[in-house]
Parts: sequence; structure tokens; C-alpha cells
Amino acid sequence: MSEPVIIVDHVSKFFSLHYASGIKELLFHLPTYIKEAKRKRFFALNDISFKIEKGESFGIIGPNGAGKSTILGLIAGVLKPNSGKVTTKGRIAPLLELGAGFHPELTGRENIILNAIILGMTKNEAQSKMDRIIDFSELKDFIDQPIRTYSSGMIARLGFSVAVHVEPEILLIDEILAVGDTKFQEKCINKMMSFKKMGVTIIFVTHSRDQIEKICERVIVIEKSRIQKIEKIGKKI
Amino acid sequence: MISKASSNASCNLPGFHFKMLIDLNRQRLKYYLDLIIVLTKKEIKVRYKNSMLGYAWSIANPLLYALIFYFVFKIIMRFQIKDYSLFLISGLFPWQWVNNSIMGSAVSFIGNVSLIKKVRFPRLFLPLSQVLNDAFHFLASIPVIIIFLLFYDKYPSITWLYGIPLLIIPTFLVVYGFSLAVSSVNLFFRDLQYLIALLLTILFYLTPIFYTVKFVPEKYRYLIYINPFTPLITNWRSLFMRNIFNWDKYLLSLAYGLFVFIIGYLIYNKLKDRFAEMI
Repeated sequence: MSEPVIIVDHVSKFFSLHYASGIKELLFHLPTYIKEAKRKRFFALNDISFKIEKGESFGIIGPNGAGKSTILGLIAGVLKPNSGKVTTKGRIAPLLELGAGFHPELTGRENIILNAIILGMTKNEAQSKMDRIIDFSELKDFIDQPIRTYSSGMIARLGFSVAVHVEPEILLIDEILAVGDTKFQEKCINKMMSFKKMGVTIIFVTHSRDQIEKICERVIVIEKSRIQKIEKIGKKI
Repeated sequence: MISKASSNASCNLPGFHFKMLIDLNRQRLKYYLDLIIVLTKKEIKVRYKNSMLGYAWSIANPLLYALIFYFVFKIIMRFQIKDYSLFLISGLFPWQWVNNSIMGSAVSFIGNVSLIKKVRFPRLFLPLSQVLNDAFHFLASIPVIIIFLLFYDKYPSITWLYGIPLLIIPTFLVVYGFSLAVSSVNLFFRDLQYLIALLLTILFYLTPIFYTVKFVPEKYRYLIYINPFTPLITNWRSLFMRNIFNWDKYLLSLAYGLFVFIIGYLIYNKLKDRFAEMI
């Protein structure tokens, strides 16, 4: 047994609804406003605990609004739990949604640098990996065009290519594989397989059972902010 | 000799650790620097790519204001201020930096929703890149001021060589302090964006940009001086117009700068952990 790289220990997370409604509300209805804000707490996660080991591929599945993305946010460190503790070890790279962190006016190449550095590479690293990233994205002829001219599939390819070249120890994937054509999806899955061989921990959030079964060894089912069950997936791979 | 060697040896271990710590920090620092440079370059590039007249536009705006104020106050109201057009632009150009950065930073976080929701990186670099972008444009507009100077038969002096870099510091501090506060609070109260436009207009009129402090009646002068931009703008102007760097004003503006920056940073720091849930 290898050591756990992610420990989620009795974590609860709630959001206050209707916070960002504006100053008018706040000024004129201050007492009710505070009461409302407290009452309208929404539990996204309620006392969740699990551990993920190094090199494991871990699926999180559940209906919309069940709290899947909140778990990813907590692991990525952009959200803080209200109670409990999340511990992670190693470089984390999230796969961003379509075009996140890209600027439409910049070229593919400029966006690669921008995105790579935001995801944690230094400039030298990014430049030395540039050719490999462009190769993987299959965007050779378009790479010096502003990406506002790209199709959404092309943008997805570029984003995925950058993320996998960050050489993460933990890769977070949130419903990403739905984009791009089948051929590129195949390529992504292959890349993830090779990540698995290299010992990268993969956390994969989706509501598609098929993809989970292709990639993951273990899966938790989240429903109504709680873990319903943790399943082991049979050796299909 | 021996004692020296042994003391060396005993220092070695913690010394080694200390060095590792420094290396680690240096690596991190290098990374932060890369991040700041790339984000700022992006802002600058985007500004120029969007329109062929990128530079011209950023000069045109304060020049147009100067023209309006010149018409209203020199020609209609007959203000007795010498070299009034030069007077105007040497205050309006630095103000342009202030105004654009604070306005622009209102959307620094809101405009980067998906990054803030997914990636952990120092978010305070987003408004920083906005401030640095406008600082760059301000510096790029100094040649225009020089052209005006030449027109009035004046010349820049050696004072500029230390005056400009020194004045950049408090200007940066005040602007970045405001930007941090505005960008953070705007996530929680979206109305702030509109309030800020109003507030900046008020501040603009309370700053001696198209008038001098002497015009202000004695009993209202404190209003002008509690404004952190007053010592800044007047100092920029005296540097550009008369090659005079005023140390008293400088120290006052530096104190304001530090104060505003610390407040802005504290506000950012208090709110930053909840950014991702607010969007």
C-alpha cells in the first residue's frame, strides 16, 4: 500500500445563498438580510471522508448539484472547508473548462505560455515544452492565429495539451472529455492511461458512467451532499 | 584552527537547510515574477491588438479632457494659470493611470471566473497586471508631455531621472491598494462597479488637476489634503512643469500610499478565501 496523497477528513462545506445581490438590499434590509443569509445556507457537502492513494484513478459520480465540483474545488485549494480538513501532497493541475484562462485575441502560442504559467510552470519550462504541447494539440497550422478564430474543439485540444504537459502529480478532471472529436478523446484517454502508468493520481468527475469505468479503479457516488457508496471497479482495463 | 573547523561543521547542517530554503524561495520568486510578467504582457498586448490606434487612443483620452477643460476654464472662465494646457496634461496623464487602473481592476476577478474557481495561484497578481499595464501606458505617454514642454520653450531636466522613478512608488502603492480593495469587494457587491465610477469622478474634482490648491478657500483646503491623490498629482505636475521635486509632498504621498496599500491588502486578504464561492 502506498501512502495517501489526498486525505479528505470529515469535510463539510456550505454556501450562503444570495450573497452577491447588491448594496441596496444590504443597506435597506440589513437585519433581514443577515437572517436570510444564515437561513439560506446550502450544504454542498456534509461530513465527507475519503482517502486517495498515490497513482490511483478515482472517480466521483453523482447527479447535478450533488457536490462533485465542490470536492474538486476543495482539493484544488480554491475553496476552504467550513469544517474538517483536506490534505494534499504534490503538484496539482486542474483541467480547465473550455477556453478558461485563454484570451481570444492572443495567438495559440501566446495562450500556451499564459496558461502554462498560470498552471504552475515557469517560463523556461513552458518554452522548452512548447513544441511538444503544439504537437499534442495537432494545431500546427493555426498556432500563430488568434484563438478567437478557433473552433471550440480546437480550443479544448489546446487546453488539454497544456494541462497534461504541466506534469502534475495530481490531475483534476471535471467533465472535460465531452469536448473534442472522438479521435482526440481517444488520445486524451490514452494520455491518461500513460499518466496512470507514471503514477499520476487522477481524479475524475463526471456523470457518465462509461468514462469512469474506462479509467477509474475506484469511484464514489455522491448524492444529496453525502457519500452514498464507494465502489471498486472490476479489472476491466 | 580546530575550534574554527568544528564551529564550521556545526553550522553546516542548519546552514545547508537554510540554503535550501533560500533556493526554494528563489524558485518561487522566479515563478511569481514570470507570472506577473506574463499577465502584464498579456494586458498590454491585448490593448494594442484590439485596435490599430491603441497608443493613440490612450493618449487621446486625456488630451481630449485637456481640450475641454482648456476651453471651459481658460477661454470661458478666464482662469489665471500660466501655461494652462501644459498644466492640465501634466496632471491628467498621471490621473489617467489612477482612473484606468481602479476602474479596470473592478473586473479583474469577475472577468476570470473559471481560473479563480479552479486554479490556485496568487490572485492578487490579476489586479496587479492591470495596474502595471496602466503604469506602462503612463510612462509611454511622457514623450507627449515633453512635446508640450518644448512647445512652451521648456525642457526636462536631470531631476526627472530620479523624480519619475521615486514618484512611481507612491502612485503605484495608492493605485494598487485601491485596486485590490475594489476588485475583491466587487465580487461580493457587484454594485460597487458603478459606485466606483461615481467615486472616481468625485475624487477627480477634489484633486487639484484643473485648478491649483491656492484657488481653494482656506476652510475647505483640508478636504483637498485628506485626498491621497493631492500630494501625488501636484508633485507630478511640478516635476513635469518646473523640474521641481517636492520632498515634503513626496513623504506625505508615500505615507498615504503605504496606508492605502495596507488597507487594500488587508481587505483582499480577508476576502480571498471566499472568492471561489462568490462567483
